[in-house]
Amino acid sequence: MLSIRQNERTDALPDFRNLGVLARILLVVNAAALAVAMVRAQRPAEVTVQFFEVVFWVEPALFAILAALYAANAALARLGYAAGLVCTLAIVAALAGATSAAQTWLGRLPDWSGLFYGVVLAVAQAALLLEYFRVRARAFSPALAEARLQALQARIRPHFLFNSLNAVLAIIRGDPKRAEGALEDLADLFRNLLADNRQLIPLRREIALCRQYLNLEHLRLGERLQVRWTVDADAETALVPPMLLQPLVENAVYHGIEPGVGPGAIEIDVGSDGDRLRVALSNPYFPEHQHRQGNRMALANIRERLQLHFDLEATLDAGVEAGRYRIVMLMPLRSAP
Amino acid sequence: MNGTKHDGAMAPLRVFIVDDEPPARARLRELLDDCRAEVPNVVAGEAGNGMEGLKLVASCAVDVVLVDIHMPGMSGMEFARHTQLLETPPAVIFVTSYDQYAVEAFELNAVDYLLKPVRAGRIAAALSKAAAGQRAAREVLDRVDTQPRRYLSVNERGRITLVPLAEVIYLKAELKYVTVHACAGEYLVEESLAQLEEEFGNFFVRVHRSCLVARDRIRGFERAAGDDAEAGWAVVLDGCQERLPVSRRQWTQVKALAKS
Repeated sequence: MLSIRQNERTDALPDFRNLGVLARILLVVNAAALAVAMVRAQRPAEVTVQFFEVVFWVEPALFAILAALYAANAALARLGYAAGLVCTLAIVAALAGATSAAQTWLGRLPDWSGLFYGVVLAVAQAALLLEYFRVRARAFSPALAEARLQALQARIRPHFLFNSLNAVLAIIRGDPKRAEGALEDLADLFRNLLADNRQLIPLRREIALCRQYLNLEHLRLGERLQVRWTVDADAETALVPPMLLQPLVENAVYHGIEPGVGPGAIEIDVGSDGDRLRVALSNPYFPEHQHRQGNRMALANIRERLQLHFDLEATLDAGVEAGRYRIVMLMPLRSAP
Repeated sequence: MNGTKHDGAMAPLRVFIVDDEPPARARLRELLDDCRAEVPNVVAGEAGNGMEGLKLVASCAVDVVLVDIHMPGMSGMEFARHTQLLETPPAVIFVTSYDQYAVEAFELNAVDYLLKPVRAGRIAAALSKAAAGQRAAREVLDRVDTQPRRYLSVNERGRITLVPLAEVIYLKAELKYVTVHACAGEYLVEESLAQLEEEFGNFFVRVHRSCLVARDRIRGFERAAGDDAEAGWAVVLDGCQERLPVSRRQWTQVKALAKS
């Protein structure tokens, strides 16, 4: 069943708690208000006055609607697309009507015709915006598939695969048990690489995958590879895009441990920062090895996927600090139910 | 089969292994063991990096080195180039997991290589070729390596001394040799100044027909109080008392470099 459902494309309402979605709604509605003001103005000088008049009328309704949608976000998402759409438009119509009526009653609007215009314009704009979000989500879903493919190519370093197989071959005769474990880890790693990576997963699963990956690297690098984990218990249930951490850990090994003759340490620190999840990773820095490809590609790929899942609410910063290469990611802390 | 070291005799091939990953070395030892009946061989030694490898190779009379390309500190290619300074340089067989460019270069120059995971059949074939005297010449190894070396090497009484490039102050061409003036002392190398200039163009600049200086060490210039009428400029180098004359011909180029 899963393999059939993977290709199915389901529409969904936008996440009304997402900063990016809210910002886009505010921008479009205010741009529309400006357009109305420009049409109503007789002379260019009047545009500002007209704009404030329109905004004065639009803004209370807009904020009331956004607040209601913010509150009802989870309930609307549960309804399914069609019913959710109708409910959303009903909320918009009701609140636009109510705020316009209140303003007319308070005498801030000249007559009751404003009520009719208010409701019609609000519903029309809401419908257009919802269609925009639907089209945008559709446009991005092939991008997600593409990103997945790209991620795959960026990540399966042939170098890693062949070296790991070679290391397993080396221990098969002497330590068959350990060789079995290593092949199991390798299989799990590739299963995850090839999986459909669109749904968010609990961070603990990603951490478990990284540990399996590091076991394999430990097999061939021995004591040269040292890893220090710091994981907050409450961060383990946070939902993150799959393959968020593993490519970064692999980069850390490739750029931070392999170029060194002696031992080096990778430090991974996962914790919550209020309502934000903070994932930090650092490794020794070798300036002369920065021409080696792959790092920028992996970073760009993860940045893109963070943006697709969390829009403006996630950030990724990377840089060199005190001789170590450091990456810090911040994203909304959402836990699995 | 004149001129080969193993004609007729059953003297086993002495093999040396250089790889930074312990299991990879273990695997090569196993495979050498497996093909011992086919090609008699003994493991003369092994090392986890090129620097250590060079120390050991010189002291244990090696016929063949199996060397990984991708290693920290010194690449396998550079290691192979340095080994060719020895009195009886070993045959080189490269080992790599995945390196398209290197493999293309090996194919093009008929240099022997093995792909990881290595097959016993392949290692036996490569060893037989080496035993029969087929081997890449020093010039070929130089050509295959596209990266400049990190060390200059000198054969001093059968031992290879490595001089880190970062410690070299200047190179001066003498009658037959080039003298390397480094922090720790002076060394003679057999390469020509032109070859060295070509390989390390980003690191050295020519100040005179017979002299290359490290770009990073240029501190300034002084008027040279020469005996001859046309006194020119001399370059002041970090870590060096001597003032080296700059020829008129190079002056414009070198002067521009000092300003940047």
